[in-house]
Amino acid sequence: MEMTKGLISIVLTAILTNNYILAKFLGICPFLGVSKKTNTAVGMSAAVIFVMAIATAVTYPINTLLVSKNLEYLQTIVFILVIAALVQLVEIILKKYIPALYSALGIYLPLITTNCAVLGVVLLNIDNGYNFAQSMFNSVGAGLGFMLAMVMFSGVRERMEANDIPKFMQGLPITLVAASLTSVSFLGFTGMVENIFG
Amino acid sequence: MAEKKSLAKEFSKGIIVENPVLRLVLGTCPTLATTTSVKSAVGMGLAASVVLICSNVVISALRKVIPSRVRIPAYIVVIASFVTLVQMVVKAFAPALDEMLGVYLPLIVVNCIILGRAEAFASKNAVLASAVDGLGMGVGFTAALFLMGAVREILGAGSFLGLSIPFLSANPMLIFILPPGGFFVFGILMATVNKLAEKKGKPKAELKGCKVCPMAASCTLHSCEDSQEKEKQEVSV
Repeated sequence: MEMTKGLISIVLTAILTNNYILAKFLGICPFLGVSKKTNTAVGMSAAVIFVMAIATAVTYPINTLLVSKNLEYLQTIVFILVIAALVQLVEIILKKYIPALYSALGIYLPLITTNCAVLGVVLLNIDNGYNFAQSMFNSVGAGLGFMLAMVMFSGVRERMEANDIPKFMQGLPITLVAASLTSVSFLGFTGMVENIFG
Repeated sequence: MAEKKSLAKEFSKGIIVENPVLRLVLGTCPTLATTTSVKSAVGMGLAASVVLICSNVVISALRKVIPSRVRIPAYIVVIASFVTLVQMVVKAFAPALDEMLGVYLPLIVVNCIILGRAEAFASKNAVLASAVDGLGMGVGFTAALFLMGAVREILGAGSFLGLSIPFLSANPMLIFILPPGGFFVFGILMATVNKLAEKKGKPKAELKGCKVCPMAASCTLHSCEDSQEKEKQEVSV
């Protein structure tokens, strides 16, 4: 019971209070680049959830191995290479065996290799000292939070298209200001999860 | 003489004309995340610059040895090695900075500025030119971060480099050092830079998406250009 409660609290924290995009600023490039339309935003974030979960599942045992050999300082190099290789591998497997999923997520996969959100979630799991179950829940929660922010923001951007924006604010500046307001709305969740489960 | 001039040009382009943050819109994650104070902003800028210069030099020196098919993984290994070195140095000599930067220090590995310069410049130019390019880009990155950090610290905490400013420190606007303030200050800075660029007849900064993405060349999947073209076609239909 205690454990389930802890896991639920980790997921909710990752989605709402510590949202990876809006509170931790991880994965800003896809957030600004791929959020023009809701369907691409959904596809991209589904791919991110997928890769985050697999990357965590693979790097957790590797990290245990590194720690047991006193090689923690190799974490950065090892993880980025493992993630890059993993994304390639997943791409090949999906292409061959699950073409339907590949056609949905495939085009976003290469973009994820150098996405800081994926490497970030793996490193933060270790920093927080999570065990395997906690790491997995945190990664999936981070992915879901990523999706929530992306989808919400794509809605904001679709509405913004029709508006008359001052010339010097057009493009990126107004997008960033809109992101700031979206981020304000997430500030409202501060302390909520702690209050429920604390 | 001509050589000197071109080196000076390589150096200065990174600071204003091709400022990585404000003109090329690269490395947005650390720009937003580590600029809550001037100290952490400059720390981040310096750490990334060191990695950028070193990796530019090594990649440029190895540019004829690395086969072009595996160049991206090779670049990532070089960059990750330097990040690890910087991480160790910072942990040993500036533990306070390490605490401030946290996970963003190892995340320099995926900073698109570094991989982008490796792909766009160091892989095609001589060692000295690449070093100067890295230095210029590093200075530009640090300057942009300093600017963001200064605005956010002055408005959000009412202090500068930890020294409190009279009047402002009495009622600081906390929102500026919270995440929304980061997006807001970056947006306003970007608008200002665009306005200035327009006066000089330069195009405004935009997310160029796949064109500047260091992965673009290795993107075997028509993900980038094709999907953009498709989008255009859809629009025209």
